[in-house]
This record gives sequence, C-alpha cells and structure tokens, in this order.
Amino acid sequence: MSDTGFLAILIQMVGSTLRVSTPLLFASLGGLMSERSGVVNIALEGMMLIGAFAAATVAFVTHSPWLGAAAGMGAGLLLAACYGLFVIQLRADQIVAGTAINMLAAGITPFLSKIFFESTGSTPSLPLDDRFQSAPIWIAWILVIVCWAWVNFTPTGVWLRFAGEKPEALQSAGISVIRVRWCAVLASGVLAGLGGASLSIFLASSFSRNMTAGRGFMALAALIFGKWRPGPTAVACLLFGFADALQIRLQGVVLWGTEPVPVQFIQILPYIATVLVLAGAVGKSRAPGALGVAFKKG
Amino acid sequence: MMTAQAAVSAVELRGISKFFNGVPANQEIDLQVRAGSIHAIIGENGAGKSTAMKILYGIHRPDAGEILIRGDKKIWSTPAQAISAGIGMVHQHFMLAGPYSALENILLGVEIANSSAPLLKRAFESLARPVDRKGAKARLDRLADQYGLRKIDWDLPIETLPVGVQQRVEILKLLYQEASILILDEPTAVLTPQETEELFSNLKKLTKDGKTILIITHKLKEVMSLADEVTVLRAGRVVGRRAVADTKVEELASLMVGRKVNLKIEPPSKPVPRDPVLEISDLHLSTAPGRARRVHPLEKISFSVRGGEVVGIAGVEGNGQSELLQVLLHPRDFSKRNSASVAHATGSVRCLGRVTLNERTRLRAEEIKLLGVGVIPEDRHREGLLLERSMEENFLLGHQKRSAFSSKGFILRKSLRESALRAIEVYDVRPRVIDLEVEALSGGNQQKLIIAREFECEPKLLIAAQPTRGVDVGAIEFIHRRILEAREKGAGVLLVSSELDEILALADRILVMYAGRIVAQFNRGEASEQVLGLSMGGAHA
Repeated sequence: MSDTGFLAILIQMVGSTLRVSTPLLFASLGGLMSERSGVVNIALEGMMLIGAFAAATVAFVTHSPWLGAAAGMGAGLLLAACYGLFVIQLRADQIVAGTAINMLAAGITPFLSKIFFESTGSTPSLPLDDRFQSAPIWIAWILVIVCWAWVNFTPTGVWLRFAGEKPEALQSAGISVIRVRWCAVLASGVLAGLGGASLSIFLASSFSRNMTAGRGFMALAALIFGKWRPGPTAVACLLFGFADALQIRLQGVVLWGTEPVPVQFIQILPYIATVLVLAGAVGKSRAPGALGVAFKKG
Repeated sequence: MMTAQAAVSAVELRGISKFFNGVPANQEIDLQVRAGSIHAIIGENGAGKSTAMKILYGIHRPDAGEILIRGDKKIWSTPAQAISAGIGMVHQHFMLAGPYSALENILLGVEIANSSAPLLKRAFESLARPVDRKGAKARLDRLADQYGLRKIDWDLPIETLPVGVQQRVEILKLLYQEASILILDEPTAVLTPQETEELFSNLKKLTKDGKTILIITHKLKEVMSLADEVTVLRAGRVVGRRAVADTKVEELASLMVGRKVNLKIEPPSKPVPRDPVLEISDLHLSTAPGRARRVHPLEKISFSVRGGEVVGIAGVEGNGQSELLQVLLHPRDFSKRNSASVAHATGSVRCLGRVTLNERTRLRAEEIKLLGVGVIPEDRHREGLLLERSMEENFLLGHQKRSAFSSKGFILRKSLRESALRAIEVYDVRPRVIDLEVEALSGGNQQKLIIAREFECEPKLLIAAQPTRGVDVGAIEFIHRRILEAREKGAGVLLVSSELDEILALADRILVMYAGRIVAQFNRGEASEQVLGLSMGGAHA
C-alpha cells in the first residue's frame, strides 16, 4: 500500500469516526445530564429511537432538516417527561421504568410508521437536500464544551452535581431536588432525541426499524468510561465511533486468505469494544453517590 | 435571665403540630428562644426534636401552628425561605458531598440565599454571574479569623477532611450565609471529647456575637455545660422548660423518660479471671489491590478477652472498629481466596478455643455463632433485624440451625413460638405482640429484642457493638444491667462503643483504637475521660 493511499484511508477514517460518533455524543451528554442529577437513564435508547423517527418524519414532510431535528428533540422531551413522571414523581424503579420506556419506543415507532406511511417500520427515504451534511458534528462538539463549562463552573452546574451526589444537601441549601432532576431528565430527553435525529437525518437517509441498535446503551457505556465527565466521555464516544467506522470500512475487505470475513463478524466490533471498555472501567469509575436513588422530600 | 420574657424572642414556635400519615410527630409544640442564647432541645429518640427543627428550617410544613422569627409571623415551605430569614441548620448527618471541595460545599446555594425570585429565574440569573472563588475564599478566611475557627484548605475534597473539620465547614457555611439563628442537630455524636470542647467554646463565642443557637441533643451533661435554657420533648409534646441554672441532670432525665431513672450503675465486683474466650494476635487488614478504598485498614491488633471480664474498645467512629468487628464475625469475607473480598485479613483469631481465622482456616459466620458467640450488631437495621418481618421470625434470625428451633431442616414452629414468647416477657420487649412487625417497635425495644435473642442461648462470648445507640435512657439502663449480668455469669464481653461514659462504666479493661491500631490500654479506674479523649484523638499514636 502506498503512502498516499494510507493517508487517504486515514483521512477517510477520521471523517467517518467523527460522523458516526455524533449520535453517541448527543446521547451520552443527555445521559450525563440525567445521571449527574441522580437519575439512571437506560431509557436513552428509547428516547433516541423515537427522536430518530420523529426527525425523519418531519424532515420528510417539511423538507427541512432543522425542523426535523426540532421534532426529534420534542419527541425525546415527551418521552423523557413520561420517564420523569414515573421515576421522579412516582419514585418507580429506574431500571424497570427505563426498560418499559425502551419497549414503548420500540413498539410505537413501527406502529406510527404503519399509520403514516403504510410501511413496516421505516420512513421514506430523504433526498440529500433534506438531510444534514455536517452541522450535527459541529453542534455536538460545541455542546461538549458548553456542557463541560456549565457543569464545572456555574452555580446551576453545582446544583446538578449535588442533586446526584448528595440530594439532601441540595434540599438543605434551599433548592428543590425534584425540580433540578426534572430539568435534567427533560434536557436528557432533548439531547437523546437530537442524537436520534442525527442518526436518521444525518448518518442515514431514513428511519428504519430499531435503527438505534443499542447506541443508547453504548452512550451510557461511554458515560461510565468517561467517569460521568464531559471531556473523557466525548473521548470514549470517539473510541466507540472509531470501532464503528472501522467495522464499516472492513466490510467486504479481504483480510487474509481469499474470502472476506463474514460481515456479521465485522459488525460485532463496536459491541466488543463496548464490553472491553466497560470491563476495564469497572472499579475505577465512581458513580454519583445518589445515582438511582429516588428522592423523597423531608 | 428572667427579663428575657419581656424581650422579643429570636425564635418562637406556637402550637406547632405535624402528622406523618396520621401519626403525630409534633403536637402543639411551644418554644421560645431568647436572642443571643443557647437553647437545648432534649428528648428521647422519636420524641419529635428533629421534626420540630425541620419545621423551623422549612423542610417540613407544619399542619397547625405558627412560626415567629424576631416577632414576625412566617409561613414557609422550603428551606430557601428560612435561609433568607437568617436561619441555618447543621444536620446530624452532614449535608456535604464527599468528592467536592470544601469551597463548593460552602458556596452551594448562596446564589439564591438572599433572593425571593422564583427558582428558575434565579437559576438563569446565576448563569450570568460567574462565581468569584478568590473573593469567597478571602471572605471565608476572614470569617474563620473573626470567630476564632481554625482555617482549612478550601480546595480539598470534603471527604478527605476529619469529621471535626467537616463540622467546622458546616458552621462556616452558615456564617457565610450570614445566618443569625443556628440549629445544630446532635453535633457531638461524632466528635472526641476535645473536639466537643472546642465546638462548645466556639458556640459560646458565636453567642457573644449575637447569634442565637438551638442545639438538639440527648446528652444531658452537654446541656448542663453549654446551654442557657432547655426545652424537653416527650412523645411529640413539650413536657418541660427549664433554665439550666435551676435544674439538675436527674430532673431532666426523668422529664425525658416520664419516670424516675437511675443514671448510676453500681460498680461491678472485681472480675474473676477465667480462660480467654477471644484471642486475637497480630491481626492485619489491608485493602485488596485494585479495590476502592472504602475499608479502613487494621494494623497489628493483638488482645484477648477472658471469661468474666468486659473489654471495652473506645474510639471515635471510623477508626477501624467496624472493620475489626466484621473481620471477627465474617472472616471468610476477608480471605485472599475470596475474589469478591474488598480487603484481606492476616493474623490469627481464636474464639472459645477454636481457631476462626488464620492462614488456613476461615470459619463461616454461622459456625462462629454456634460456638457460643452472641452478637449485638453495630447497625441493627442492617445486620440485626428484618424490619418488615415479625418479632417471632426475627427471634429465629441467625439461630435457624439450633436444635431447639429446627429438626431435619424444618423449623419447629411451636417451640420457637414458646421460646420467643418467654424471651420477650423476660427481656421486657414492648408491646408483647409476637406477630408484630419489628418496624413498629421503638429503637429501644428493637435492641431489647436482639438482646433477648442473643442472650437466650447464654453466650460464652458476647460481642456488643454500640449496644445503646439510638436507644432511650430507660432502655440504656436495662441493657447495661444485662451486659453486666452476662459478665457475672462468666461470659467474656467485647464492648465496642463510641460513648465514653458507657465504656468507663462497664469495661474492666479499656483499649483505645485510633487509625486502625490499638494505641492505648487502661485498666478500670486508670483512665479519666480526658486521658481517653486524648488517645482517641491520636495523642498516643
């Protein structure tokens, strides 16, 4: 392989990594909001999925990716409001409620696509002009910086951290833990919905059934690997993005012998990366002190 | 002192009542606190002290009654409003987030402290104004100087600071918010006698500066040495109000309990030396590599307990006492072969002649208990009782394999019921309803149930950890008598307690634990509270 060829592949890989890690970035920032406030959010997956569907649908109807993205955020917000009602207001178990939300999203998206488009779970394909070209990448990285500055250096960022670490202290300082958690979970839904939108109207050209394929969980894994901090979490997203980009690049490539490696094996790559990263991170990562514990006033 | 009646009280509660699910926690509480005084609120556990203070601080909204601050009527539903009115509270369990710096903990919420705008508006406003960390630190240094509190490094994570310092951070937080009425809930529970003294002298300085202090406690000696006035609560009602100068410890104790209490324990007879029932030699505990360091290491622990004597382990909580107990009772959990163990123990332990821990042997907790070891656990809710189960079932807990209660793997319900009934009679557990869930019992009665269970099989070694924690004065008396009775019968007792009075009253020998080691040893009568306090603080380490 010549040097110029190698450079071309490298540039291609960098671009591709940045693209495929974008939905993960949004979703893991969403996860960060929720989890730093003390609410476990495995419902990220469902919020992404419904965001992806809403975005693809609205972008198809209005021919505007921006309106599509807004719709994705709105859908994520609605689902997050459902989730918040159960886990914050009614203090339901966060894992059980999160699983329920994910199942709801997985069920309702094909149902709606049947109603709207007479299809079995996908939306019509979007023309190039109705999709994002590179805007989501920029937005995602700007958000990483904003989120980092906000969490670390502003009073409200401190509220968020205390809600997840020691909610009683926040209450005692005169700030409503319930309200802080509500804001955080809703923000989480908006970000996850945006992550879903960047999947269906940026990476792909339509919504397809269960298209998130575990990316919500991967975003959570990145969050844990990044110790619930924006910078390291973004790096973890890049790592997963790279694994994903690599598997796309390696599909159909003859690595050894005469036959290409079966595509199913190659597609395992990002998931193996997730498992390895999590196995390595266990015990080293310290979760917010009150993560997963419902707060009761008094 | 009597002219105070004429002046406006800094704090006044009038007819405050509060119900939780229909159960009264406070009923018609009246309270007047003179500005610039130290007012103690005393009462047994569950008497409603903390509830009353949480109402004053805005955490709970009262169902009836009114709050007056400097004569102004106040109705509030969040602490934010109480803070704006100049009230601050140091909770029994500190409201500090461990991983964050002292500074962040202090600054939490100050941006809203003196504003009455809605929360969201204040949140947005605060975004526009960056936090002036340098200015805040300078102001904290000045405050510390002004009130004679020792300075601290404001950037250190709070969890790395000793509890005494954490408490100072909590107090400084209130001063930083310019609170003029300070509520302290059981502030001395976690302090050494020296730290307590320092705290008290600081509090007195604060009142000279015009601050008003309310202090919740159940330690009567502290009331006498610190407070100007005292209000006594019992079962959610005010049962007495006294000027400290006009009252005695005995009077306060009987007001709290509602009957006469004998606070003095008659000194037990000289111990009759018998064979050792517990021998610990060269016990070490080290954190397993790669594990989070939540376990306090132990170093070179060697001592023995003979039959017929009480050996007391004194020390400020968190100096390895819990770990020592865990290693004694669950040696398997600290084995190198156990991959789940967070720490590894080496050395050797013999209980009643059997090796329970050395390089090769690790007995199971169940086997250790069957040797004839009775255990009063440190945290009865976590380790001693199943709160949602009946008294009868709790009586069986840990004794399932005793031949009296089971045969061929089946529980002998009839014999269990009979023993349980007899035991709660003998040990005076109230109410005498064997099918009642343990949750419904008071702390003292829960502890009596544990004692009934553990003493029924006449243990030869009794391990009693914080046996009177969260127990009312009446039950303390009962528990102490039972422990001394067991000693008279020839049992060896290992008493771990952070209450110095308890150790001084019961123990024949006192070992002081500090930073995971035994740093001092005294015989009965050799050590004063002062000396013990110094070694608990590490002076002999």
